[in-house]
Amino acid sequence: MKSLILIMISGALINNVVLNQFLGICSFLGVSKQLKASASLGGAVIFVMTIASAVASLLYTFILKPFGLDFMKTIVFILVIAALVQIVEMFLKKKSPSVYKALGIYLPLITTNCAVLGIALTNVQNEYNFIESVLAGFGTAVGFTLAIVLLAGIRSRIREEDLPAPVRGAPIVLISAALMSIAFMGFSGLSF
Amino acid sequence: MNKYLERLYNGLIKENPTLILMLGMCPTLAVSVRAMNGIGMGLSTTAVLILSNFVISLLRKVIPNEVRLPAYIVIVASLVTVTELLIEAYLPSVYKALGIYIPLIVVNCIILGRAEAYANKNTPGLAVMDGIGMGLGFTIALTLAGLVREFVGAGTAFDLRIFPKEYAVGIFIQPPGAFLVIALFIIIMNAIGIKTRQRELVNNDGCNGCCATCMTRCENAKEDEAK
Repeated sequence: MKSLILIMISGALINNVVLNQFLGICSFLGVSKQLKASASLGGAVIFVMTIASAVASLLYTFILKPFGLDFMKTIVFILVIAALVQIVEMFLKKKSPSVYKALGIYLPLITTNCAVLGIALTNVQNEYNFIESVLAGFGTAVGFTLAIVLLAGIRSRIREEDLPAPVRGAPIVLISAALMSIAFMGFSGLSF
Repeated sequence: MNKYLERLYNGLIKENPTLILMLGMCPTLAVSVRAMNGIGMGLSTTAVLILSNFVISLLRKVIPNEVRLPAYIVIVASLVTVTELLIEAYLPSVYKALGIYIPLIVVNCIILGRAEAYANKNTPGLAVMDGIGMGLGFTIALTLAGLVREFVGAGTAFDLRIFPKEYAVGIFIQPPGAFLVIALFIIIMNAIGIKTRQRELVNNDGCNGCCATCMTRCENAKEDEAK
């Protein structure tokens, strides 16, 4: 039980996927312009990453490993994630239009979000079982959401500031991310 | 200038994927801890990029337009798997240093971006040259970022000690240093006015939805234009 909680906390805070492992930087920098959009993307990522970790873990344990197809994992996982995003999109469109409306345009972006593929591969590397993989996926996605929502909040303040021209745009966002990353380094004290 | 050489110049300087187009930020931030890592990652990506550009260019008349993205992903993922196995077998130290970022070359925006923007419209020869140019441009930017971080953060350059470790600023080899160094690069580029070409690229075919950043950047540019 303790190890399960630790896996989640480690995914969300200690090894934060964006600020510590640099996965999903594209959407982290691209979508964090508005608070609402970042929260929606975060929701979509939590949804997809949890399901993707579960499916990837099942596929790996029951198909890839018994047949000695370990080396196929990259190609299988990326296709599974792409297909999964499509299925989730279609399912939500039909069954829950309100959720679809909130998450809709962000779902396709997730296919190319390297964090989803990254976490599926990390789970395999760490030899997590099914439950551990799902929790790791969920924790990581929560960490992503936390980081992107915080950054969006900071960016809404930055917009009002009078900055020197060369620093405007991407550089100041990266500097904010660096400061956030320093703050998140403090969580490394939590690992025991 | 010969159009093959023009491709090299384009990738290395005019449209440098990392410094000018800001593509492939994940590996740039992640592996730039040491200059040697930058070279390893850059060359692995270059190898995949050259081969994927070549294969996609050869198949450009065969792949139906509707399913081109999945087809590209399969091609790139196969090539990445081959590269990964080769690195694991022959360069175990590089494999250990780069770890999970080698399979993640699959989702590197540069590769799908070049497939969309260049390889599927041009002959194999030109596509290969484009791959070499872009790949080397990426390698140089990565190595440069690695060199700066390694020098300031650990006092070494290419693993050779330049000044004692006690004087090094440790934060630069920690995750926050990656953000700071890349921010610094962009500030310098902005200050000397290199960024102006970006808008032009955005309005052309530079970004056919390869990743979130490119898409958002397109939207932003169009908004600015509308104003």
